[in-house]
Amino acid sequence: MSVAGRKLLRKISWTDMTNHLINRGSSEHGYFFREKLGCYYATLCGSLIILLTVVMVVFITMKGLAAFTGKHPLSVLEFLGSSHWQPDDTVPHFGALNFILGSVSVSGLAVLLSAPLAIAAAILIAIIAPGPGEYFFRPVLEMFTGIPSVVYGWVGLSLLVPWIRIHFGGLGFSLLAGSLVLALMILPTITTLATDALVALPDSYREGSYALGATRWQTIYRILIPAARSRILIGVTLGITRAFGEALAVQMVIGNTIRIPDSLLNPMCTLTSIITMDMGNTVMGSAWNNALWSMALLLLLITFGLILLIKKLGNQDLEGNNSHA
Amino acid sequence: MFKSLRIVWMMALLLLVSAGIAVYAAGGSITAMGSTALQPLAEQAANQFMAKNPEKKVLVQGGGSGTGLTQVAQGGADIGNSDIFAEEKADINAKALVDHKVCVVGFAAVINPEVTVSNLTQKQLIAIYSGKITNWNKVGGPNQKIVIINRPKSSGTRATFKKYALNGIEEVEGVALTEDSSGTVRKTIAETPGAIGYLALSYIDNTVRALNFNGVAATKANIISGKYPIWSYEHMYTKGEASGLTKEFLDYMMSSEVQGKLVPALGYIPGSEMKVSR
Amino acid sequence: MLKSKGQPAKNARLLKFRPAFAVDKVVTYFFYIAGFFLVALLFFFVGYIIYMGRESLNLGFLIRPPRFMEKGGGVGPQLFNSFYLLIISLIFSIPIGVGAGIYMAEYAKPNGITKAIRISLETLSSLPSIVVGLFGLLVFVNLTGWGFSIMSGAMALMILNLPVITRIAEESIRSVQLSLKEGSLALGATHWQTIWKLILPVAVPGILSGVILVTGRIFGEAAALLFTAGMSSPPLNFADWNPFHSISPLNLFRPAETLAVYTWKVNSESLVPDARQIADGAAAVLIITVFLVTILARFIGKKLQKGNAS
Repeated sequence: MSVAGRKLLRKISWTDMTNHLINRGSSEHGYFFREKLGCYYATLCGSLIILLTVVMVVFITMKGLAAFTGKHPLSVLEFLGSSHWQPDDTVPHFGALNFILGSVSVSGLAVLLSAPLAIAAAILIAIIAPGPGEYFFRPVLEMFTGIPSVVYGWVGLSLLVPWIRIHFGGLGFSLLAGSLVLALMILPTITTLATDALVALPDSYREGSYALGATRWQTIYRILIPAARSRILIGVTLGITRAFGEALAVQMVIGNTIRIPDSLLNPMCTLTSIITMDMGNTVMGSAWNNALWSMALLLLLITFGLILLIKKLGNQDLEGNNSHA
Repeated sequence: MFKSLRIVWMMALLLLVSAGIAVYAAGGSITAMGSTALQPLAEQAANQFMAKNPEKKVLVQGGGSGTGLTQVAQGGADIGNSDIFAEEKADINAKALVDHKVCVVGFAAVINPEVTVSNLTQKQLIAIYSGKITNWNKVGGPNQKIVIINRPKSSGTRATFKKYALNGIEEVEGVALTEDSSGTVRKTIAETPGAIGYLALSYIDNTVRALNFNGVAATKANIISGKYPIWSYEHMYTKGEASGLTKEFLDYMMSSEVQGKLVPALGYIPGSEMKVSR
Repeated sequence: MLKSKGQPAKNARLLKFRPAFAVDKVVTYFFYIAGFFLVALLFFFVGYIIYMGRESLNLGFLIRPPRFMEKGGGVGPQLFNSFYLLIISLIFSIPIGVGAGIYMAEYAKPNGITKAIRISLETLSSLPSIVVGLFGLLVFVNLTGWGFSIMSGAMALMILNLPVITRIAEESIRSVQLSLKEGSLALGATHWQTIWKLILPVAVPGILSGVILVTGRIFGEAAALLFTAGMSSPPLNFADWNPFHSISPLNLFRPAETLAVYTWKVNSESLVPDARQIADGAAAVLIITVFLVTILARFIGKKLQKGNAS
């Protein structure tokens, strides 16, 4: 018997067996049973995703709020507004402002460094040189989005930190080092998304503009960039989101000094780096540990804020496109 | 269709199997979890122990002293490894835990080898770490800015150094680099001109220079005799008295095989040799 | 389509000289410089890593276990752990992700549940991985009592995978032509039969190449694994394949340090004298693996598409 025939036979006997097992009735009946089961299975998977998200948010929120309730509640104002971090004193202080500002400045600077270059490269790939763009730049960028963040951190530590120390002075471990590492890390992400945004524009925009006698550059910055603006911004925001939540690459090069970031060449500390360093060394349920969980909650909330921003930009994009049409 | 059913069955089976393994693992082995400083010693001792008793399993995990103490207090681990006394950590019911001091670790202030200083008094060290002295020329060194490399506040090494070298004073915040791990501290000190930090003796090599403290060198002999004060115990905590495999393993940790060979090989000092105690 | 995006008409030059043309030219050069700078940067980055790790790129380094206090250790167990963790996490996330993808593409009605799933997916996909790791510590490590283990790590990775796999499955299923589907339904096949026998097989190449891309991403994940799969690697006996033995590499409830975590840790806590070389080597292995996986994904995607077309 041929392999295919054997396969078919096995298939049939399997089907029969399952039919008998499940409904002991006609196979007509079995179809509907399976029909339902398939639908249930798909729905179950969908619900599982909701469940997972809800459980996750609830757990982190509960742990994160523990510091603000309980015997010696921490005031939200102190946590968010004070830079006084003395977790091991007899009267402990848990002001997280240092870390919040640290995270904001390092990811903000990273995007400032990265976004212009990324958008320029996207314009090259999408408009100026679409041929090599599709067959060379894009596959290259796709590969680079996959590079693990620890590798970025490791190169930052072994190459960038000494380089900054020798050429710019200071310790090397610095806001600058952190931002550069993050900028390189989010570069492929932003470039890819910005390229997609530009490629998605209808050809008629470009053709119309050229027909009116505009040069390519005029077309790019008067027509194409404004038209793709919200989608490019979505890419940039995703870059910020990734930079903001990155832990290890930043922790390796930033120096982790607990202070308000005040200079490019000074070391500083971020929400993620203090969590990475202190989580294992503190006792679960202690005020100190709870404060770290509050920072995790804060990270979660800021991520939510950024997602909302992306959604809003997405809606703008839809409206914009509708009005164009 | 039947394929999707098979997937469901497979998943159910997998869950069952995993539950089975969980039960099996809990019965057939013990877990020692916590301090990363103690981890290399515990791992090596566990390997030797398992080589001698192939049917007995000792799992060693890191995670940090806080995790170790939490887990042993909650019953998540059989042994909690810690760099500091359980009493020193807030929110741990230290009375329920039994301490096993497995060895002693010495610490020394270390500097970048280009700084020509070989001794610091406690006063000078306090002045440096509290931010009163910021240049090496104030303590007999070259005219160079002092760069402090610190450990995170939750670190047991930092707690020990603060208590015995700095007399408990609060270090100035906001100027020191903070590195989580011994290897990174050593690398940073070796590469940063004017850097000072502190390391366990086992991590000190020729890329950094260890300082004498109050004129006393950080040697094994000086720690044993009590002349050199910057040292701490490495603890293995159990919840209540140890029994069964846990006790067997702890006994092995205290045996001459570990204490006489492994402990010194790793740069630790056997607790039994100490002439002073805390 | 791409060809049509050429330059504006050449005869524009025959018109009067305008400064705008000069600007256009200068700007074009600028864009070329920016693009090549970016590519040069990325290539320098990869070149540096591979150059630094070149001495470690041999079979011995890949299969030897790490040594203790002496030179010459390898990354064998870590490499194995990375792949094993990956496979276990895919075993959990592919059925769920594809199921959810089917739901979103075929069953979802425009109602609250669908909206909730969308929001959940967006949330999950943009979560910082360290937050996922902390959640794993709370639930998989402590609550279930699994401890630092492959199981806990795989669950954390599953959370990172699910949104991507779901999205890819949904897109691949949606891209199946409507006429195929309608034809099947018209022949009297039920909805689920159509999905199972027709739509899924056609969507497989897309799903597969997507899954492999995910693989590349989670292969290098470290932050989510620090507090879930743990930072220690117990001695493994590679001759013992009984998953119930605690020194068996297949045991799901042993701590498992992955290559990415090891890269982070080797330079920090390790007592080996050649930590720098090992970290260099591990970084090079990580990058090369990720690249190979990406190329494989593209290759499979193309090959299967061709197979389907013929």
